[in-house]
Amino acid sequence: MSVELFSANHAAALAATFAGRANRTARGFCSGVYPITPSTECMEYLCGQKIEKGRVIRVDSEHNAMGVCIGASAAGARSFTTTSSNGLAYMVENCAAAAGYRLPIVMSIANRTLGPPWNIWADHGDSLLLRDLGWLQFYSADNQEVFDTVLCAFRLAEDPRVLMPALCCMDGFILSHTMAQVEIPTQDQVDRFLPSTEVPQRLDKTAHTLGQMELPYQSAAHRAQHHRAMRGAREVYAEVQDAFEEIFGRRPADPLVAYRAEDAETLIVSMGTLGVTAERVVDLLREQGQAVGSVRVRMFRPLPDADLRKLFAGKKRVAVLDRDVSLGFGGVLWGEVRGFADPAAIVQSYMIGVAGGDVRPEHMLDLLAELEQSHEAGAPRIVEVA
Amino acid sequence: MNEPVLNGIALTEKDRRDPLLRPGNSNCGGCGMSNLMQMFRRAAADHELKMVVPACCAAVTGGTFPQSAFGIPTIMSTFASAASVASGLAAVAQLNGEGTRIVCLAGDGGTYDIGMGTLSAAAERNEDILYICYDNEIYGNTGGQRSSATPAGAATTSTPSGKREIKKDILGIMAAHRIPYAASISLAHGDDTLRKLQYALDTRGFRFLHVLSPCPTGWKSEPAMGIELVRLAVRSGLFPVFEIFDGERYVINVEPDFSAEALMMYLSLQRRFRNTGVTEESLQPNIERYWNYLRLMSGRIVPARRDV
Ligand code: SF4
Repeated sequence: MSVELFSANHAAALAATFAGRANRTARGFCSGVYPITPSTECMEYLCGQKIEKGRVIRVDSEHNAMGVCIGASAAGARSFTTTSSNGLAYMVENCAAAAGYRLPIVMSIANRTLGPPWNIWADHGDSLLLRDLGWLQFYSADNQEVFDTVLCAFRLAEDPRVLMPALCCMDGFILSHTMAQVEIPTQDQVDRFLPSTEVPQRLDKTAHTLGQMELPYQSAAHRAQHHRAMRGAREVYAEVQDAFEEIFGRRPADPLVAYRAEDAETLIVSMGTLGVTAERVVDLLREQGQAVGSVRVRMFRPLPDADLRKLFAGKKRVAVLDRDVSLGFGGVLWGEVRGFADPAAIVQSYMIGVAGGDVRPEHMLDLLAELEQSHEAGAPRIVEVA
Repeated sequence: MNEPVLNGIALTEKDRRDPLLRPGNSNCGGCGMSNLMQMFRRAAADHELKMVVPACCAAVTGGTFPQSAFGIPTIMSTFASAASVASGLAAVAQLNGEGTRIVCLAGDGGTYDIGMGTLSAAAERNEDILYICYDNEIYGNTGGQRSSATPAGAATTSTPSGKREIKKDILGIMAAHRIPYAASISLAHGDDTLRKLQYALDTRGFRFLHVLSPCPTGWKSEPAMGIELVRLAVRSGLFPVFEIFDGERYVINVEPDFSAEALMMYLSLQRRFRNTGVTEESLQPNIERYWNYLRLMSGRIVPARRDV
């Protein structure tokens, strides 16, 4: 174990490299990659790594980056790729396919606003395109978490009870390009954490056909299996955390990161780096004697609904902060979690830092002050930040 | 006319035991792709194969889960990504020291149109893939719309009065990638077909085969006439049968007799050319131009008229 300075993009690529090397005694590592800001650094770093039984294929588009990952994973290899924004939008068709084949591909996303108009800054609207496709989804708040999440994602995705692709999201530039200390394990530790990949449905010698036509009842049955596996992934993740802790000596973050939330009356709910700012705001308000807490949703799919319901119990006010807009509706996370609050609670949707605005503590303090005054939830509101 | 004689085509005990295309597949009667798969079974007798099929008629051919009419491990890819999915499979086979041949079986839409970028990129990387395009000159799977492989004068549901533009020169495009092997295949020339399939299987790197695939449904022709139609297309010079090594060495395999009668028969035996104004005469200049080009490239006969 060593501590080194890494950007989150490089941390994700390094974790993927470790994971790739760990599969050398099995069917190796193969990835398709294509550049797009701000995830480019991740693919560049991966292209510079030596993986003894691995190949990184520099393809012609994101659609085909996922195509190569599908082929590699269907052949039984470990596979990883990275993208952002329009790259992900261009890839979506093959993302649906990867999930449909139940292939344990891991993808790192440096979140970025979808264009045009062109905008390279952070917004969760890109990865949320995959919300309903059957991908596991994680949102990280610092570089260490990014590194750990990629390793955990492989183990979770490849678990025979789960078997589905996984998305590891980081806020573009805010994390992707920021250097911070990251604890790096040894290859030997990773080898123990990530044993050989076994893709049971892999194309081997048997003449079976992957992804062929199905009748409605058959597809519905497969959807139901996938749905059940997704719901069960929450518990499998707890085992992944245990194994991680045993091997690396520290515990990766929980699906929900609650901060001074137990005794809070008002809760700030968010994803990604917004959660870090929210925790600072909680400290400031606690100093003023206000019972405020924060919950950061780290695992968005499967959504830890039971835990959220428990955390929400007894809360009077909930501010759900989204770095995205579901146009004509409100914040995506707000739509997902508002049903968990007590019926009498005020659950307000704030869309903040949309399209990459720099969210500072004072912005959150303002909206919390507003929420404290209100007697009922208003319409979802886009909060403008400079 | 120096058409090779169709001898020795019956199945022999040297053939692959299990067919690549099993009974129970959902192809229309007289589908050229079915013929191709039977020939491929013979050619691939000793090879271990894995197949990628993008959205096209062949994506339906296998039938519904859990049965499959394909006798080899197969993955159905999205429309545009057959060559990239195959790249992943080929890379892993290579990492594991396997001799498995990765084969793409794609229609003209997934090759000439939506999959063109993917195909070009995989060819540029010289991936170890055998890419076979069965060209029915139409989007057969969606019921018969124009593609860039549809020849001028053919009626489709999206060009009811006949397509105006000429067919894209796919082999020229593939040759420009300098891939080790590219060839056109006439299913009416059995031993040439077999030889090319075998050669393509034995060669490494990116190989491309273009097969004119009769489609009774799209061509509005008699199912039993498929092979005869291909023969007429070859005889008349409409479908040249040749191969290209390393993108530069052109070899013409069948010398047509450029029979106007064959061309007339070809057009009249298909209802897709009726009432669209296409005639033998209107097709001749293009045939001539392309053959001048081919002769020049193959170095066999330098045309007297240097207008290419
Ligand atoms: S529509 Fe044409 S290509 Fe498709 S299966 Fe039928 S005959 Fe074959």
